[in-house]
Order: sequence, then structure tokens, then C-alpha cells
Amino acid sequence: MTRDNGRMACGIAATLGLVFAAAPALAQEMTSKIDGGDTAWMISATALVLMMTIPGLALFYCGMVRKKNVLATMAQSVACTAVCSLLWFAVGYSLSFAGDAPWLGTFERLFLRGIGMETTSVFAPTIPELLYVVYQMTFAIITVALIAGAVADRMRFSAFLWFVAGWLLFVYVPIAHWVWGGGFLASAGVLDFAGGTVVHLNAGVAGLVAAYVLGKRHGYGTDNFAPHDLSLAVIGTGLLWVGWIGFNGGSALGANSRAAFAITATHLAASTGALTWMFLEWSTRGKPSVLGMITGAIAGLGAITPASGFVLPWHGVIIGLIAGAICFWACTSLKLRLGYDDSLDVFGVHGIGGATGTLLTGVFAVAALSASPDAPQGSPGLFEGNARQVLIQLYAVVTVLIWSGVLTYILLKVIGLLVPLRVSEPHEIEGLDLTQHGEALQ
Amino acid sequence: MKMVIAIIKPFKLEDVRDALVAIGVHGMTASEVKGYGRQKGHTEIYRGAEYVVNFLPKIRIEVAVPSDRVGATVEAIIASAKTGQIGDGKIFVTAIDQAVRIRTGETDVDAL
Repeated sequence: MTRDNGRMACGIAATLGLVFAAAPALAQEMTSKIDGGDTAWMISATALVLMMTIPGLALFYCGMVRKKNVLATMAQSVACTAVCSLLWFAVGYSLSFAGDAPWLGTFERLFLRGIGMETTSVFAPTIPELLYVVYQMTFAIITVALIAGAVADRMRFSAFLWFVAGWLLFVYVPIAHWVWGGGFLASAGVLDFAGGTVVHLNAGVAGLVAAYVLGKRHGYGTDNFAPHDLSLAVIGTGLLWVGWIGFNGGSALGANSRAAFAITATHLAASTGALTWMFLEWSTRGKPSVLGMITGAIAGLGAITPASGFVLPWHGVIIGLIAGAICFWACTSLKLRLGYDDSLDVFGVHGIGGATGTLLTGVFAVAALSASPDAPQGSPGLFEGNARQVLIQLYAVVTVLIWSGVLTYILLKVIGLLVPLRVSEPHEIEGLDLTQHGEALQ
Repeated sequence: MKMVIAIIKPFKLEDVRDALVAIGVHGMTASEVKGYGRQKGHTEIYRGAEYVVNFLPKIRIEVAVPSDRVGATVEAIIASAKTGQIGDGKIFVTAIDQAVRIRTGETDVDAL
């Protein structure tokens, strides 16, 4: 069974190799406004965001699972990076960001054709379009990689690979287009600076659905699921926290003051989120855990993501505080009440955090930060007299929730017809490292 | 010949080793084990999920001595491993049928 899967994979890879070998012709553009400073920053930001997945998220997650599943958890991040990168290059970018139809992009950038040395995207006019492609690719990668946390310890690797490919194309790409690629949510005035809906809510909802579809881990609630090595998780958190400078700061798409505002709000939200969770846990459980601190930081970071380029630094403190508290409640009370096994709290942190931040963006948005020559009035929020923005944000939250939830469910069910989503119970007990990958930590 | 097996608290290993060397017992095997007796475990909490850890880390040492040295060996271990708190451990003495020094081929008491 496994050898046939291997041969089939090789056959598909060979076919794709021939297809990818057709190089796109370099088109000559007229005047380009490519700015050296912006480009330099965006190259750095791309590296930071890619680092957030490998090894940031890989470490963050693998430190929290049991020893027998550490390598398998890392494999999911690595494989996700590779698969998403190739699919993004082939068709993902084009369908997300090419053309201006309300529902989906066009194929005009299939295999990145038409991109030359001087080409720029309308969404990032001062940097090379190819750089914009790669920057957006890192966002796609981490969104898909986040979902793996919800089904950690029990998903079959082959099913996961199919899921990565399908989810990127059918869930991430449309939503990215709607919010960032000129689609109908952008036209409606949705404010999502760096991915509160596209990344966090999206992955969170998908994770919740996946947790329900795959079912609880064997021994959930009875066995000892204590984390293998939280120091790895802390290191991962550090890489994520620092990488977020590229995630939110880079979403300014330029080396400018707005990026500085985004970075500051982001950092303050992370700090406040960490402390909020820490104090909540200290008062309710008696001790401030390290796991709680880092989770609170990530909750704050996820929540500030949509707001970062639209709000003032001190708003980051408020948003971090609210997110830290709500996500703490979601990961302790709500999870137990709803009875789902979201192994690494993807929904509780990213789903709830992303939704909270998206709504709060509508509350705190400051027009001066988003004002530009094309839109001199900027995008004000509730506190600047524009109450309607909160409703627009809610519209985005509901839309993404529905699309992500329904499509994830359908995708999992379809994949489940081809290959079992879970590993067998004996394999789950033995551990994914040995049974899925033939490796073990010594 | 007797095998003296002692389960002790991990931080006491060096004290026990020093005490045995002092009475002329050279040679010991130590392994890391988990165990419990009357000592209760502890609770760990991870994001709201509580786990009771019942098995506590201990060190198991095995010392082979001539039968006439068993009493002194046991007393030395007790004196050095004891803290007075629950969880200090236990000592078991079993008989050894045969002993061989691999390098020289010496047997029984000459091998200890």
C-alpha cells in the first residue's frame, strides 16, 4: 500500500516537473515604480514570515505533542511548506491576486507567466511582483500549517498531504482573493491588514471542523497527554513573535511609517496577551504556566493581525488584553463544554483570536493610518464615528466562517473516501513518528 | 554472596556512593526508574487540562557484596539515603548464585 503510494507520488512529481519546466516569458513593462527601500524590507519580511512556519510553528507545535509524535508534527510543517509553495507558484497566486472579478482571480498569472523584472502588482506597486508572489506565498503556507495543530497526534500523513493541496486551492485561495485580491469583501470595505480573517479565523474554523471530523484522540481525557518538551514550544513562540514583525510589518508592503505602527501595535498586543493569560491562570489555577504565557502571546498576536496597520499602538494593548482573556476562556471553558479535541487549540487561539481582532479592527480603526493618495479619507472605525465598519467586519467574519467551515468539511469527507483520515488505533498508540515516517527520537 | 538492591531518591545517589566507598564496597550499578509507594504524585496543568503524575523518578542501585558484609552495606545505605520524608525508598537483599569478573575470569567472592 505504502509503496504504491510512493510510486504514484513519483509519477505525479515527474509530470509536474515537465509542466513546471516551461519557463514564463519575461514581459517588458513600461515605467516601473520599484522602490529599493520597500523591496529590501519586503525581502526581509518574506524571510521572517517563512521562518514563522519553518521552524517557528514546527517547534511551537512539536513541543506540545507527545514524544512519539514530535517528528511527525514537524513533518507536517515541512511538507506543507513544500506543497503549498509549488501549488502557489503554479496556480495559487494567479487565482488569488490576478484579475478583478469578485469571486475568484483569473489564470493570467498561471505559472507566474507575464511577470518580468519590472512588473509590479496593483496591490503592491513599489515592489517587484515576483516578490509580492513570494511574500503572499508565506502567508498561504502558514495558514495551512496552522490547521495541522488541531488534528495533531492522529492524522494520516497521506491524507494530510491531500488535505494541504485541496484546502489551499478551495478554501485559502478564494478567501485570499475576496479580502486581499480585490474580491467582494474588499469591495465591501472589509479591513484586514495582515490576515485576521484570511489566516487566523480561516485556519481556526478549519481546525475546529477537522477536529470534529477526525474525532478525539485515543485516550483523550484519561491518558497523560503532557507535552514532550515545552522548551521547544517556547523557542517556537520566540520565532513566531519575532517573525510577526514581518507578518504585520510587511503587510504595509513598504518600508514606511505605517509598518512601524503595525509592528508596535503587534508587539504590544503580544506582550499584553501574554501577561493577561498569565495573570488569569495565576488567579484561577494558582500558578502562572509558561505554556499559558506563550499561548497568551500568540492569542494577542493573532488578534492584532487584522488591526495592526489600522490602529494606534495603545490599541494594541487593549486588543491584546481582550484577546488574551477571550482565548483563555475559549481554550479552557468553551473547549470542555463543546467537547471537541482540538489538540493544540487552533480554534481557541487563532479562530477566536482572529475573529475578535477582526471585529475590534472595526472598533479602533484610525483613518489617518490608512489614508493614502488613492484614498485620502482613510478607513475610520467605530471610535471615529463609523459604526458601520463593525458590521462590515462582522460580515467578513461570518462569510469566512461559513466558507471555511463548509468547504473544509466537504474536503475532508471527499479525501476520506480515498484514504482514511486517521491512522489506525494501534498505530496511533504506537506513535506517528514510527508508524508514519519510520523514525523515532532516540 | 548477596545482591543489595536499593530504590532511593535521585539526589541521594552521590551520598550513597560515598558512604559505600567509605566501607570498602567498590562497584555499583545505577539505573533511572520510576516508582511509587506511599508518596503521592503531583498534578500538572496544561491549558486547563490536568494530569496526575503518579510515577516519580527514582534511582535503583545494585551492589553485590559477600554475605558477611550485607549488614554493614544496608546500614550505610540507610544512613546516607534517608531524609525522613515519605519516598525515601526501600532496600531488598537477594541471593546471588554465581559471579564472574569478565576480564580475568575470577569467580564468586574474588569477582566482587
